[in-house]
Amino acid sequence: MSWKSPDGWEAVIGIEVHVELRTASKMFCGCRVAFGQEPNVDVCPTCLGLPGALPVPNVQAIEWISLIGLALNCTISEQSVFHRKNYFYADLPKNYQISQYDIPVCHDGWLDVDVDGGTVRIGIERAHQEEDTGKSLHLGDGGRIHAARETLLDFNRSGVPLVEIVSRPDIRTPAQAKAYAQQLRAVVAELGVSDARLEEGSIRFDANISVRPVEQDELGTKVEIKNMNSFRSLERAVAFEIVRQVGEIEAGGTIVQETRHWDEEAGVTYGMRTKEGSSDYRYFTEPDLTPIVIDADWRAEIASRLPELPATRRTRYSDAGVDRQVAQVLADAAPELRGLYDAAVEAGAEPRVAANWVTGEVTGWMRREDTEVVSIDGTRLASLLAMVAEGMVSASAAKEVLDGVMLGEGEPAAVAEARDLLQMTDTGAIEQAVEAVLAANPDAVERYRNGEAKVVGFLVGQVMRATQGKADPKTANALLAQKLG
Amino acid sequence: MSHADLTISEAAAALRAGSLTAGDLLEDVLERASMTEADLHAYLTLDADRARVAAGRSDERIAAGTPLGPLDGIPIALKDNMCTRSVETTCASQILAGYHPPYDATVVRRLKEAGAVLTGKTNLDEFAMGSSTENSGYGPTRNPWNPNRVPGGSSGGSAAAVAAGSALAALGSDTGGSIRQPAALCGVVGVKPTYGVVSRYGLIAFGSSLDQIGPFTRTVADAATVLGVIAGHDPLDATSWRGDYPDPTAALESGVNGMRIGVIRELDGEGYEPEVTHASRRTLDALSDAGAEIVEVSIPTCDVALSTYYLIAPAEASANLARFDGIRYGLRVPGATTEEMMAKTRGEGFGPEVTRRILLGTYALSAGYYDAFYGQAQKVRTLVKREFAAAYTEVDALVSPASPTVAFELDARTSDPLAMYLSDVCNIPANLTGHPAMTVPVGLDSQGLPIGFQVMAPALGEATMFRVAAEVERQADFTARPELIRVSS
Repeated sequence: MSWKSPDGWEAVIGIEVHVELRTASKMFCGCRVAFGQEPNVDVCPTCLGLPGALPVPNVQAIEWISLIGLALNCTISEQSVFHRKNYFYADLPKNYQISQYDIPVCHDGWLDVDVDGGTVRIGIERAHQEEDTGKSLHLGDGGRIHAARETLLDFNRSGVPLVEIVSRPDIRTPAQAKAYAQQLRAVVAELGVSDARLEEGSIRFDANISVRPVEQDELGTKVEIKNMNSFRSLERAVAFEIVRQVGEIEAGGTIVQETRHWDEEAGVTYGMRTKEGSSDYRYFTEPDLTPIVIDADWRAEIASRLPELPATRRTRYSDAGVDRQVAQVLADAAPELRGLYDAAVEAGAEPRVAANWVTGEVTGWMRREDTEVVSIDGTRLASLLAMVAEGMVSASAAKEVLDGVMLGEGEPAAVAEARDLLQMTDTGAIEQAVEAVLAANPDAVERYRNGEAKVVGFLVGQVMRATQGKADPKTANALLAQKLG
Repeated sequence: MSHADLTISEAAAALRAGSLTAGDLLEDVLERASMTEADLHAYLTLDADRARVAAGRSDERIAAGTPLGPLDGIPIALKDNMCTRSVETTCASQILAGYHPPYDATVVRRLKEAGAVLTGKTNLDEFAMGSSTENSGYGPTRNPWNPNRVPGGSSGGSAAAVAAGSALAALGSDTGGSIRQPAALCGVVGVKPTYGVVSRYGLIAFGSSLDQIGPFTRTVADAATVLGVIAGHDPLDATSWRGDYPDPTAALESGVNGMRIGVIRELDGEGYEPEVTHASRRTLDALSDAGAEIVEVSIPTCDVALSTYYLIAPAEASANLARFDGIRYGLRVPGATTEEMMAKTRGEGFGPEVTRRILLGTYALSAGYYDAFYGQAQKVRTLVKREFAAAYTEVDALVSPASPTVAFELDARTSDPLAMYLSDVCNIPANLTGHPAMTVPVGLDSQGLPIGFQVMAPALGEATMFRVAAEVERQADFTARPELIRVSS
């Protein structure tokens, strides 16, 4: 989307991201974590908040939030503490959420974000561990809480491990906001710790936005916006809110600190009935839990499981000579495709060419065949590319060879042979074809001799046609030039 | 004599010897309950049917020569703030009227696995908030020694049941003296173990960092037996102790010769009844005669422990009790909106003392007040721990009266919350430190009301604590039984 900041104004944006971890069990009990079940099947005394039930922390979740923190260059607290965040809400069974307050598991990191042809470093203030709430279904007009006649509660989601990642207010534009969200999602997906699906709510974004005159250091009053269900809506909502705030101030108004909801259809943010004031969550240390202690050994063990992240991969590809844009596409590609690239390079393929083929022909073939199976290995791709480089097959014939290989017809050389795609390397045979073409096209020869040089192209085409495309075009060209004098 | 007056060790021996069946033992206990309950109201739920089934199974195991342990066939009552699968559990609150938990608390499971015959659920101050059991939402429990007197609280039902013989033992919970103070007022042994030694899973929380379950029995040895069964690591309680467990029976017969026992100077003086003070001095003399060195120890923060406790416990309670909102279980009072329904349910479901403490705790945690109240209380709690830790470098155990007074009359303190709160002044420090402490009855006052003596030890020092308590018991030779029993028997 095209965007220009209102003249003389700068936006200051921070983003809060909630990531549901896909651990086998919930944060503080043994219930299964699953999406799309019948209501209230994955519940127990603890996640229903029954009297007497107690929380026990999920070690997997603690390891995974640490992994997220390490991927975001955060410091991992040697000792962090759970707090109770108190507020009454029907789908919060204990009427407090176990969360973290002053000592989160992860703090002070950053994420480098590629946007508008450059890189922006967005600071990460903290990533803390908490539990998700249940879900309310309001029956009645429009599904809105205030018009509801009845509310149904589903506690399957109650207690699912939730990681909240809070950025520093380092974001300045809607495009940066979108890119940050996208790249953060890519990191989380890469780590394999969350489904990270926006549409299922397993990753959710809220933005805090304020505006100030460009020459001013002091921050403006911030507004929180919620309910963005796609990266595009995040970008649109941020853009709308910046313009709205600047308009408000320029018209002599003031910004009220509030939470506003994004209305995707209307393309506007709207304030909730502002009664919230400053909510007092009365945080205090969760007495049912002891501090989380992550010592150096455990931290190192977790760090050893950190996979290569998209940004690192992108740099590695570029450094190997892959074109910048292709490197970006490949870095975000499916692991199987990245594996194919790595294996082909390992087997001797030239990185730039291998990357082009993997992101181009191979991906294209899979899309046409509507498959996610990469039915070629690195060795075969490397030998195919070698055949092209050595002129054994033409670039266009190579695509057919690829088709044969991916359909399971065997080694590239065998496919080329079987499909009769090998280029003529016998100069005599090509020469025969050249002579036949010249004899059959006296007009063209005449025109060439009268100075119409571009006729050569037509004649080369005729040679290729006569040889069913198997002649090496360079050889054909050279022979034609020689015969035409 | 009714078998209801046997100690656990006597009953267990008779069961093994075949001179008594678990069925007969239970019938005697149920008969005692039927004679005393109208006066005492120790039980909220007397679960005779399930108890008879359990007793029958015990008899089968004992007959087959495969009893499950020292508690097999022993009738034991549970304070009604411990969840029992399919047995109504109310916490003595109207907000939980009719609530049948779908699961057993860990202590309940452990007792069942040990073959104990669970007789029912005993009365308490609503949500364990009180020192007289008068705050029950279902009417007060009365003291077996004098039904015009309170049994103490909050575990007053459990203490009264054991004193009266409507159970051979009972479990209580102790957040700020709720086992030790009623034990003192009812003339029985009551133990608050080290925090973390007994699982809190299934105990309806009051002050989570303070709550601890423990036994009421008629002898020190019986208390050690019950504690041995209910203690142990529980993976369902993240605050459960993970290391080696103390053996409370290890030194019961060792005596106190050569031990250093500290008397806490601050737990004496104004507010302590002369007869209580006198009984304590007599006990100290006896311990001294038995070879212990008695030293006076000063722990100045004992003076502020009570006010510290009345910030921390209500703060935790304000969150712990937030879940009672009428949505998923218990009482629901309809309202036009969800918020109104929650508010009405809580307004009508909680009694006045519970409401007072929720308000107190909410206030102590509020923005602008946190630092002055809850935050400050946490700092003082650290000081209390530090002072006790220092004291235990000098002495093996600490002692004090278990309650400043004997059982008081019903309604004597109900209109004066502060006077009621002072009932637990001797007991609260051990909750703040997490250390073990227990009450041993040492005599009767001139009105025939029991006087209790408190023994405290450092964390996981149960063996030491029971060693001293056993000597106190031997020296006091307290064998009196309430008049009520003699009248009704």
